Amino acid sequence: MNTQQQETLQQLLQQYRDLPGGLLPLLHAVQDALGHIPADAIPTIARAMNQSQAEVHGVIGFYHDFRTSPPAAHSLRLCRAEACQSMGSEALAAQLRTQLGVDDHGHTADGQLELRPVYCLGACACAPALQLDGQLHARVTPEKLSALLASCSKEAKC
Amino acid sequence: MLTLYIPMDSVACAVGADAVAAAFAAEAERRKLDITIVRTSSRGLFWLEPLVEVDTPQGRAGYREVSPDQVASLLDVDLAANGDHLLSVGLVEELPYLKTQQRLLFARAGITSPLSLEHYLAHGGYQGLEHAARLSHDEIVAEVLESGLRGRGGAAFPAGIKWRTVRQAQAEQKYVVCNADEGDSGSFADRMLMEGDPFLLIEGMTIAGLAVGASRGYIYVRSEYAPAIAVLRQAIDIARAHGYLGADVAHGGHEFEIEVREGAGAYICGEETSLLESVEGRRGTVRAKPPLPALHGLFGQPTLVHNVLSLASVPLILSRGAAWYRNFGMGRSLGTMAFQLAGNVRRGGLVERAFGLTLRELVFDYGGGTASGKPVKAVQLGGPLGAWIPPSQFDTPLDYEALAAIGAMLGHGGAVLCDDSLHLGQMARFAMQFCAEESCGKCTPCRIGSTRGVEVIERLLAAPDSAERERQRALLDDLCDTMQYGSLCALGGMTPFPVQSAMRHFPADFGLDTQEQAR
Repeated sequence: MNTQQQETLQQLLQQYRDLPGGLLPLLHAVQDALGHIPADAIPTIARAMNQSQAEVHGVIGFYHDFRTSPPAAHSLRLCRAEACQSMGSEALAAQLRTQLGVDDHGHTADGQLELRPVYCLGACACAPALQLDGQLHARVTPEKLSALLASCSKEAKC
Repeated sequence: MLTLYIPMDSVACAVGADAVAAAFAAEAERRKLDITIVRTSSRGLFWLEPLVEVDTPQGRAGYREVSPDQVASLLDVDLAANGDHLLSVGLVEELPYLKTQQRLLFARAGITSPLSLEHYLAHGGYQGLEHAARLSHDEIVAEVLESGLRGRGGAAFPAGIKWRTVRQAQAEQKYVVCNADEGDSGSFADRMLMEGDPFLLIEGMTIAGLAVGASRGYIYVRSEYAPAIAVLRQAIDIARAHGYLGADVAHGGHEFEIEVREGAGAYICGEETSLLESVEGRRGTVRAKPPLPALHGLFGQPTLVHNVLSLASVPLILSRGAAWYRNFGMGRSLGTMAFQLAGNVRRGGLVERAFGLTLRELVFDYGGGTASGKPVKAVQLGGPLGAWIPPSQFDTPLDYEALAAIGAMLGHGGAVLCDDSLHLGQMARFAMQFCAEESCGKCTPCRIGSTRGVEVIERLLAAPDSAERERQRALLDDLCDTMQYGSLCALGGMTPFPVQSAMRHFPADFGLDTQEQAR
């Protein structure tokens, strides 16, 4: 971590260390601020929260949301649960494989976009659904997916 | 002047509601029209979204699936006089889909602005708390017990018994925890309620706190529901600013505070003990029961854990009375249930009805069959741990006991339709894979059984002959038995439901012929 990141971490520790059960809110806040939870932040977090490093590692590893490496520029989460599967989400996953060569938990060759599965976004009445950079899109068709991807790559170039 | 109502529900926005609202504002500005745009919750008629409603002398008229490029043509007709347009659906409250529902929990859906306390109060809000404040703690508990309300999260445990247990427990600190980790595919009622009517949940939790003697509440919301989290946090601030939360919530010196906690992407945290671990800041590992959370819950203290819809039912029970609430429903399933139609369905959305309508009515009268127009192959009821139900069983009434009798369950009320493009052998494999991915790892049947389950189903689906198929099927049955009876919680314990129901009702998808199945 650089000095600025360390300062941010210290501020967040001040904010959350006395909150009952504060480790999850703290980890969310660190990830929101820094994009990920840097490995070298873990000893500091553990000390401040009066836990072992193993416990902090254990919590980070348990939850799908927490990450210890920086995210790609764009994050695509395609819903793969039953309602979306019944409306063709597997075909969208196949489209991503052929169009971008990207599979679940993988990223594109240029590292610009990462793909993660998600199990239910609560848009089941307008399936299939996906989340692109935190924004929910529903009734996704192959054409709509292509258009969304095109808007991503355009942005990334400029 | 023209008043438009456009939902701000996240799914309405995911199909364009924000863009439509912006287009109306821009076009009105260009034409110098005097219009007011009110952003409301969603009616839950999702197949019509973005649904734009307009005040007319007869009531609100609706326009369906509006896209920004249709805004100009809509403003060309006399909307305030219910003018004719291609997208018109007529008066929204006269739509049979809505008119035949019994909207108690979702009475305000699509009508009010989620964060307007004024709207909430004008539409019956806080009458339940007002009534509760005049009762003794035991009288509130008795009212909930008398209403017959059962937990809406899936387990359907009588709510009043839970309340009585927490009430009678002796402790310095007690908690009310709202389980808003709605992870079941096909379910979105909790999301709609939190995004659309947050004060109702806050009021329900406040009454619960008053009744059981808890001064703190937590709402644990899954991280996938970021908009719901934002709305709840704002609503809590508004409620606090108006004295509905804080040091004296019911004019008797009773303190109640609510904090929203965000999940981090773990399906298992919808299980109540795992959720409590997560709120405490740990891995969401399931706890063995007993001790019951009602006696030894959050931070080791007596805790009332309830689903969103259970808590949201409480204000009505208090304001209208238990006897009134019991008028809805059948047998031991009383009140209304928020059914949710999802997946490959023509008219997907929220259907709040008293228990007892049949699955056929839900799927065809409301849902209109599949979106693809092909015959309905099956319905998965109650989320990823629910059984696949074939059309031959669609006449089953939707109540807890009748569904249990056919080896199915209502769960949280989500119904996912599919046509023949969905291969139920693959869905059985998916059920095991999902369990493997989401297992907390504490008990062996779930942690290891689910992975073995994926392997066995793969071998079953690839079996070259009937002898091999039979071997794998026997193995799978045996494994399902171990998982069902040996797992610590419902994840491992109920994953066999979708697997075995698929195999029982759709043997062809497993390469099994009916004769093989009969043996």
